Amino acid sequence: MSVDLGNDASAGETGIRKLDRVVIRFAGDSGDGMQLTGDRFTSEAAAFGNDLATLPNFPAEIRAPQGTLPGVSSFQLHFADYDILTPGDRPDVLVAMNPAALKANVGDLPAGGILIVNTDEFTKRNLTKVGYDANPLEGDSLEAFSVHEVAMATLTQGALTETGLGKKDAERCKNMFALGLLSWMYHRPTEGTERFLREKFAKNTAIAEANVLAFRAGWNYGETTEAFAVTYEVAPAKLASGTYRQITGNTALAYGIVAAGQRSGLPVLLGTYPITPASDILHELSKHKNFGVTTLQAEDEIAGIGAALGASYGGALGMTTTSGPGIALKSETIGLAVMTELPLVIIDVQRGGPSTGLPTKTEQADLLQAMFGRNGEAPVPIVAPRSPADCFAVLIDAVRIALTYRTPVLVLSDGAIANGSEPWLIPDVTTLPDLSVTFATEPNAPDGSGEFWPYLRDPQTLARPWAVPGTPGLQHRIGGLEKQDGRGSISYDGDNHDKMVRLRAAKIAGITVPDVEVDDPSGDATVLALGWGSTFGPIGAAARRVRAGGGSIATAHLRHLNPLPANLGEVLRRYQRVVIPEMNLGQLAMILRATYLVDAISYTKVAGLPFKAEELQGVFTDIIEGGAL
Amino acid sequence: MTTIDLGLPSIGGLDGVPTTDDKQSAKDYKSDQEVRWCPGCGDYAVLAAVQSFMPTLGLKRENIVFVSGIGCSSRFPYYMDTYGVHSIHGRAPAFATGLAVSRPDLSVWVVTGDGDALSIGGNHLIHSLRRNVNLKILLFNNRIYGLTKGQYSPTSETGKITKSTPMGSLDNPFNPVSLALGAEATFVARAIDSDRKQLTEVLGAAAAHRGTALVEIYQNCPIFNDGAFDVLKEAGERERRIIPLRHGQPIRFGARDGSAGSGDEGGEYGVTRDPNTGSLQVRKVTEVGESALVVHDASLADPSYAFALSRLTDTTLAHTVTGVFRSVDRSTYDDAARAQVQEAKDSRPADLQALINGKDTWTVAG
Repeated sequence: MSVDLGNDASAGETGIRKLDRVVIRFAGDSGDGMQLTGDRFTSEAAAFGNDLATLPNFPAEIRAPQGTLPGVSSFQLHFADYDILTPGDRPDVLVAMNPAALKANVGDLPAGGILIVNTDEFTKRNLTKVGYDANPLEGDSLEAFSVHEVAMATLTQGALTETGLGKKDAERCKNMFALGLLSWMYHRPTEGTERFLREKFAKNTAIAEANVLAFRAGWNYGETTEAFAVTYEVAPAKLASGTYRQITGNTALAYGIVAAGQRSGLPVLLGTYPITPASDILHELSKHKNFGVTTLQAEDEIAGIGAALGASYGGALGMTTTSGPGIALKSETIGLAVMTELPLVIIDVQRGGPSTGLPTKTEQADLLQAMFGRNGEAPVPIVAPRSPADCFAVLIDAVRIALTYRTPVLVLSDGAIANGSEPWLIPDVTTLPDLSVTFATEPNAPDGSGEFWPYLRDPQTLARPWAVPGTPGLQHRIGGLEKQDGRGSISYDGDNHDKMVRLRAAKIAGITVPDVEVDDPSGDATVLALGWGSTFGPIGAAARRVRAGGGSIATAHLRHLNPLPANLGEVLRRYQRVVIPEMNLGQLAMILRATYLVDAISYTKVAGLPFKAEELQGVFTDIIEGGAL
Repeated sequence: MTTIDLGLPSIGGLDGVPTTDDKQSAKDYKSDQEVRWCPGCGDYAVLAAVQSFMPTLGLKRENIVFVSGIGCSSRFPYYMDTYGVHSIHGRAPAFATGLAVSRPDLSVWVVTGDGDALSIGGNHLIHSLRRNVNLKILLFNNRIYGLTKGQYSPTSETGKITKSTPMGSLDNPFNPVSLALGAEATFVARAIDSDRKQLTEVLGAAAAHRGTALVEIYQNCPIFNDGAFDVLKEAGERERRIIPLRHGQPIRFGARDGSAGSGDEGGEYGVTRDPNTGSLQVRKVTEVGESALVVHDASLADPSYAFALSRLTDTTLAHTVTGVFRSVDRSTYDDAARAQVQEAKDSRPADLQALINGKDTWTVAG
């Protein structure tokens, strides 16, 4: 198997060079269409059959002042002929559409990297705006790189003169010029992009054709000028057999919701309020009402989850989506769902916090909020996807838990998973788990009174019956006040409360979750790297690097954070050292230390971007060699 | 933005809710729970009125749901032998909205108080009124916080001396009817706990209305704000203070003293419109003549008339307008939401595999 080291399987100095993987970063102003450009290149790579991973990185402002550093938006794409785990640490190719994009990103470009610059934007005014005293294209500051200066705006306008399009509109197509050039360099298929452009701008064929022309102009520029002596090929990846598509985490969660509705046979109600980076789940779901999905954009976060819980009470599948600030607002209703023991799925797409924090940057610092952020003893199951494609299965599992155990379930995604994309081996929907439920229809009182006891539990799952309004003879009242065990009347009795608190805890602790699996190819590792959520990619990539260098390290990843897998304590005790990389200040490490008395090493970073494989490789190596960090 | 005329038919508030021919009585609506309000609480009278009223609807009891928030009045669902949810403070309209949207076969009632609906839950109240979800909201207004033992509420009169305001409260109170009309509510009414007959009439009109119906009920708290509405109950006072509304009839009230020009239908006072300002005012009928009286029309599309009516009431209760202020047809959120889902179902098959496959797939051979 290839390793994640960026090997250049070079065939020669000129002509076509074969690579096993490439990282490209498109960077420009937020108005330059970099996300779209990156998305399209991703689709081309996917259509070609590469494995891939992406990392969009954009400012919270919709249009920060033009040409400034805060306005820089970028999209990094890693594609390869083998299975990769991350969007890549550093770009091999940086496309900089303006001086700000160059300044903000050039530090990540390794020596020897390819730098493609749109020279048209390197005016004195734009250079001054970002603090360049002199034009970096003229000095020797970029001499470590293979620099290609391309007047993209001028060339695009030139290509579009006959369309009669205004100068401004023509210039706006320069991102497609860049895409065309890169598509030529990497031998990408082009039909998909042309089709996409014609569909996207179907209402304005002039704009559609201009974009197609700009795209072709970029391609032809590469082909006809001699500026680019070498082109590159990255062969399709040998992934597991099956049908694939490219998918983002938010789309996969939305599809998971639709699928859960279909597999449970229940109507779905998403009650939600727009928030970055979760809103795309709402946008996607709102397109699929034909699956019996209702999307309700509520007046606030609280109403969103309130409506979802009301729908669950009525026998629908209630869902809500948000980010950390929204979880804070929804906490009281999550507590009500714990108390009323109704199924509900709450998706938290985590972002940098506290407070408004870093809305468009990733972080995983809501774990303890998810675990404990409610008044009273209010246990809630937590599941976390490890990558964009994993979101679908995780959502289905969350619904399984919610319906089986009649409980709210928290899904902890994050900004990197939400907007990042990768190939997804599309499941055959007939193989998805059966999520059908049985509503209560008959009185159940064990005393033969013919009454309905809403808190009489299933002895296996400890779940209470789900008796929906409209069921004759089962009229009952539930709510936030403590209930008498079994009968469900209001009870202020201390001993009963003690019993109910323990029953609710036991119900969640008793949820069946699969054992955690350990990856230790050599079998002799003494160090275990344990992660959860989106650290899966960097941890795995770093472990490959360690192993490629002759070292041994075991890895394991938690999908279930509450309850934890039954074998986790035994796994942790098997290793001399356990290291837990997290994008917070050690929240999982705190839980594991408290739960298992294991002296786990916490390695943390909260810089708004995923860990780099290189960085974790160094951390793991240090620990293997006996360093204490 | 384009707007789409949903073209929904005008239907009644209870259409879609299964009915029964079984004879029901108030007793059928009494749960086995011991009622735990304070002796003399106005909530008892409202509970009794609702329990007597529900059988007249002829609905299956299992298709009725009472949803409440937090506060004294919010214990109401426990005492009704229907389905019930005692939710959290201020959030009952949100919970009830999700329920009503997903279950058109239910008659959903929200029971709330002045603190629950107008303070902590103000946002949900105005948005449910704006959306016009098919909910019946009973707002028990006792102008005080009872369950937390006597702090002033958003309907307390300015200067109110309470535990939390020993030098007098500072805030200007809400007039709940004005607030609801400002939120473009399609049905707004007011009743008094002690007037069983009018309360029952108002409940009937609310139930028949399709959309959010807000019913403010003046309710006495005998412990923390006793006698707040006594002037509306004392003989001699109530006649000259309460202005009862009757759709299609001149707005006239006051003692039937048989004095000259007062007519058979009684009332020495009436409501007239000031031609200069457009606002409404109370005048003696003998001074303005019967023909000058405003004829009540709850169906006016423009809410400013109903709003002007609501301004005749202030916290001094010198005048209190009761009955149905406004009852107009407007498409409801829940009907429209279901229609969209149905339209989508009718136009596109629910092919899950096709959905998740999307447009761009590639196959890796085994």
